[in-house]
Parts: sequence; C-alpha cells; structure tokens
Amino acid sequence: MDILRIATAGSVDDGKSTLIGRLLFETQSITKDKIEALKAASQRKGLDFVDLSLLTDGLIAEREQGITIDVAHIYFNTPTRKYIIADTPGHFEYTRNMVTGASNASVSIILIDARNGVGEQTRRHFYISSLLEIKNVVVAVNKMDLVDYDENRYEEIKKDFFELSDKLRKPNQNITFIPISSLYGENIVAKSEKMSWYSGESLLGILEAVAPENIDSAVLPFRFPVQHVIRPKSEEYHDFRGYAGKIASGQINKGDMVTALPSQQISKVKEILKHTDSLDSAHQNESVVITLEDNIDISRGNMLVKIGEQPELKKQVNAKICWMDTEPMKVGKAYLVQHGINRVKAKVSSIDTRLEISTFEESENVDELKLNQIGEVSFKLGGAIFADNFEANPGNGAFIIIDEFNNNTVGVGFVK
Amino acid sequence: MNINKQFPRALEDEAIFILREVAAQFEKPAILFSGGKDSITLVRLAQKAFFPGKIPFPLVHVDTGHNFPETTDFRDKLAAELGVELIIRNVEDSIKAGKVKEETGKYASRNALQTVTLLDTIEEFKFDACIGGARRDEEKARAKERIFSVRNDFGEWDAKKQRPELFDMLNGKIDLGENVRVFPISNWTELDVWNYIKAENLEIPSIYFAHEREVFDRDGMIWSDSEFINKSEDEVPYKTIVRFRTVGDMTCTAAVSSTADNIDTIIEEILEAEISERGARIDDKRSEAAMEKRKQQGYF
Repeated sequence: MDILRIATAGSVDDGKSTLIGRLLFETQSITKDKIEALKAASQRKGLDFVDLSLLTDGLIAEREQGITIDVAHIYFNTPTRKYIIADTPGHFEYTRNMVTGASNASVSIILIDARNGVGEQTRRHFYISSLLEIKNVVVAVNKMDLVDYDENRYEEIKKDFFELSDKLRKPNQNITFIPISSLYGENIVAKSEKMSWYSGESLLGILEAVAPENIDSAVLPFRFPVQHVIRPKSEEYHDFRGYAGKIASGQINKGDMVTALPSQQISKVKEILKHTDSLDSAHQNESVVITLEDNIDISRGNMLVKIGEQPELKKQVNAKICWMDTEPMKVGKAYLVQHGINRVKAKVSSIDTRLEISTFEESENVDELKLNQIGEVSFKLGGAIFADNFEANPGNGAFIIIDEFNNNTVGVGFVK
Repeated sequence: MNINKQFPRALEDEAIFILREVAAQFEKPAILFSGGKDSITLVRLAQKAFFPGKIPFPLVHVDTGHNFPETTDFRDKLAAELGVELIIRNVEDSIKAGKVKEETGKYASRNALQTVTLLDTIEEFKFDACIGGARRDEEKARAKERIFSVRNDFGEWDAKKQRPELFDMLNGKIDLGENVRVFPISNWTELDVWNYIKAENLEIPSIYFAHEREVFDRDGMIWSDSEFINKSEDEVPYKTIVRFRTVGDMTCTAAVSSTADNIDTIIEEILEAEISERGARIDDKRSEAAMEKRKQQGYF
C-alpha cells in the first residue's frame, strides 16, 4: 500500500483545522475517547457544537489564540492508502512553516472562504505550491453553507482563481476545484446533495484518485547519495563494503554501470541489498545498500549516478531561496549548504531578485533577504554539490541553509 | 475504523534513512529502549539499517523499578541476543541521591521522575543523540514534534524554536552540552507498528497478549494489582482476562479487557477500538496540555 502526503494551507479563519477534523471524523479515524475530550473542550469554550479544529491545534498557545502556528502531522487511512497531512498556518508570518509542511507533499489543498473569495493568501499559497513543484493542487471553496450553496458564487471564485494562477502555474500541474462545507461535512467523503450542480468527486474521492508517489521515478536520472559506508570486518563479512543510502531519484538495476562523484571512478552494481534480501532493482525513496564489483574509494557525501547521466558538479549555484530566520541573509556572509546529506561551505555572492511575500512586491539587486522573503541568490561554494535543477528533478534539487554560529536551519534553496 | 492490514514499506525506508543519519551526524547516539513494542520496532529497524554490520548504538533503559517483569526480562533477552550493550539506570538511585522525591497519594507514580534520571544518564555517558520510539499520532503535542528535536543543556523542548525540517534533510548540528532526541517512527501509527511486527514476525513481551491477571478498577480503567499502587479500601482486586495495549510503568499503564491472544486478533481489536492508545495512560490525563508541559521539562 502507498502513502499520500498532503499539505493544507488556509487563512486563520478558512476552516482548515475543521476540514481536517472532518476528514478524520468521517473516515472513522477518531476514537471515542478523543471525541469525548473534544466535546468537553468545546463545552469549556462555550460552543454548542463539537469543534473539530481542536483536534489538530495542539500547542497551548494555539489553543489559547485559536490559530495554527506550527506544522502538525495528522494521519488517517482508507482501505487503499495511508494519508499524512501536514497542517500549516496560513498567515504570511508563518510562510516558513508553510514551506516546511509542503516540502514533502504531493498534494496541496488550498482553502478559500466562499464569502471572501480569492485573496492575497490564496495567491501566496498557490505560489508556494508551485515553488515546491507540487503536482496536484486541490482548491477547496469552503463554507459553502454560508453562501447558500450558490453555484454562481463558486464559479465566480473559480474564474478569479484561474486568472491569478495562470501566470504561476507549472505545465504539468493538475488543479482541481471543489465546493465544500467542512462544518457540515458536505462533499468531504460523500457527494453533497445540497450541491447537485457540482459534477466532480468528493474531496476524499479526488485524493484517492491521485497517482501514487514515485510514479515517475523511472524517467528521472538515478541519484544515490552515500549516507554511510558499511564495513563490518566480521569473520563472515570480512571483505564486505556496502554503500548505504536512500535513492534520491530514479531507479537502479543490478549490473548497471555507475560513476562515483566526485572521483569519477566507474564500476558495476554487484548487489542491491535490503537487509538480507538481494534485489534486482530499486527505485526512488528506497533505503538500500549497494555493493560494487570494484573496490573504489567512496565516502559519505559522495554520490553514485548512472554512466552518462551525470549532474553538473557545481562550485557555484544559483537558487531560489526562501529565508526562514529572523536574522536576515546578507550578501558576503558565509553559511553551510546541505544538499541532501552533503554539507559544504557557501558564501552569498549576490541577491539578484527579491519577492516580499506579504505584498508580492519585487525588487532587484538587494543586499539582504528577511524572514519569509523569497529571492534568487548566487552562492560560491567551498566544495562541489551534485545537484539537479529543482524543476526538472525535485528529489535532487533542493538544499537547506545552516547558520554555522547558532546551528539553526535558516533557509531552503531550490536550484535553478 | 477502516480495514487496513498492510504495512506501508515507505515508512521503513524513511526510518532507516533517519537511523543512518544519526550514525553519521552524531558522536555518541543511544537508543532509548523500554522493551515495549515501539522500541522493539526501533531495534529491528536499526538492525536492518546497518546489516551486515552491527547496531552501532547502545540500548539505554531508565528503569522506574515499577516496570512489568515480563518487559524487563524481554529487554535483557533481546539485548543479549543482538550482542548490543544494554545500559540501565534506576529512578530508585535518583530518589536515594535526593535528586527527586517520590510522589505520594493514590496516583503516586514514578513516571514524571524518569526525566531527571534520563537527563543524568545523558550527561554521564555524554550522549548527543537519543533515539526514541515516540510517534506523532500518539498525542497532539507530539504531532508537532520534529524528527531531530533539539534540546538545550537542561533537556528542555521549546515548541516555538523548533528547526524547520524540509524534505528529508536533517540538521543535527548542535553545540557541546546540547543533545537531540530522534524519532525515526514519527510518521507511524499504532496500526503501522502492529502491522510491521506482524510482517517482520517480531517477538514481543507476553503482556501484550491476553492473559489472566489480578486487577482492580479505578476511574473506569483496569489496573494491574501491584505493591506499587496505593489502593483505597473499595478498590478490591479480582481476576480477569486482560492484555496491555501500551506498556509503561505499572503505576501509569492500564490494561484493557481483551481475549486477543495473537497478532492477528490484536490487529482486529485495534481496528475496532474505541479508545486511543494513550487513553490508557493516566499520565496524559492530568490536564489538557499534560504532554506538552512534560516535554518542555525534558520528558521523552
């Protein structure tokens, strides 16, 4: 069975937490004791209904203020699939949490309040979904109950959305529209009788139909970052030397010829191991141990690729950066760049463009990037990274930026 | 609840990746091992991650002295079979040294006291990473926990200052004295763990299976009768068939009435269960934010 990872984004009052609560409730994923606890908590707040949003807003501060601050992970199952939802805050102040939550997602659910329609937040959420190359975007027009389940209102919002999304849209992106009411469960797991004019599937129906993750792994180049070299030196495995790692993209077969980077040495795949099993092939996201026919020198941070499919060895990199720290990124400052598991020193050479995510105001040639700003940045690297263009190969095209002085993760980069 | 009996293998790949990052990024990691199903799962994953090499981490258990003997016996046996070092530190010793005070009254438990012994153990062995079997589905404060969760010198967790974790890239850089709690099975649910135990044919302590036990009722839950729990006069022990769904200290883990005596019937039971796993943990019920408050203080 496969896993589908979903990111949800919405403004504070779009009813995102209620939607998730509703999905859990309707798929029978909430146990009786949790429902009892929800009822009690709702009563304490003086509500006359069970507030399903209390299920996900877990931190004390969030319950006090009634908003989602951090990324929460929520799980539910259907008979065919395990779902992981990264629930993120919608306000621009929490852009970094949104980017974080969405980074692993293959579906992004964008919520729009039917009364308010398309706004700056909608644009921001769609921008982030596209920045992260999320293939499936579901735009859920929520609170349809408050606009009398009106088709015209829905169509109006749809038109507004496509006007704004046309410029940002990626060529292979699927955008699906759906009218819902989370509070009353309309169009969530079953089709709503109140909106018979809507011909599409229910929200869960749409999610169930999304193609499995890793579906395109066969067409992408093979990238295998070596995490750990296994040399047991025991009697039984005296000469064993295996390269452990998780395949970042593509797939590998036993007998394939590979090049080790950066040494450029060539060898042939002898075995692909998963514990005691020897496999004929392995694909994206599988953790395996690869042994080679020849004894070549490979250590952590090196990469195995197929012959003829080499990425450019980059000592200089241009990337789109989303800055995540209160201390701004500055031209001339040195950081650590971690591409996959490979860490190198990096110095900011220039910040060529900058986008202020709260206003969508653009500037050029600036000297700093502040928290939640997105910019195109050139770095000079202390050592080579083996990255691909993020749009072409997301599994091997992103990196994080670490501040060497406080060890924090301060930004994320998408290689151009 | 939905019928779902297959284990999603992607979860295993993810956990193995995390364990290998721990081995690479830290000097002295350890697995926190209680002998419960989640830590048994962790040990299995570590075994697979480094095969044919050995597990490169010791197993550490903070023993409250109130654990079920079935679990501690199992713990000792598994460590011996794997040839992995087992480090045990006792809450009893922290009490004797005057570092913590035994709770009193009906609900007295050593569960909260464990934190002090754990922090002392981390300091004694200079562990920079402690791998634990906590899962995000267990409780809502845990739902926001990172995979690499950085703790300060006092073991404290600051929910608002967590490092962003993007894609699968893990940043384990810390200063001397700090340490990281690592949760490789963050994205697993209780059902995933049981399906994995079944798929891998793992041995687990006998108290997970239905058995006859001397118990008494309290607050609508069934408690194992033991010298460690202060019973009131109207709490009269009786014999019945129970099993444990989660295994902690005897003073904070309740049993469930069940006849499930093998993995398949346990999985059936979970699919139909009306009570969540941590619903059988009295320690979470002290207040709505009980878990978050304990975690801020360094609890696992």
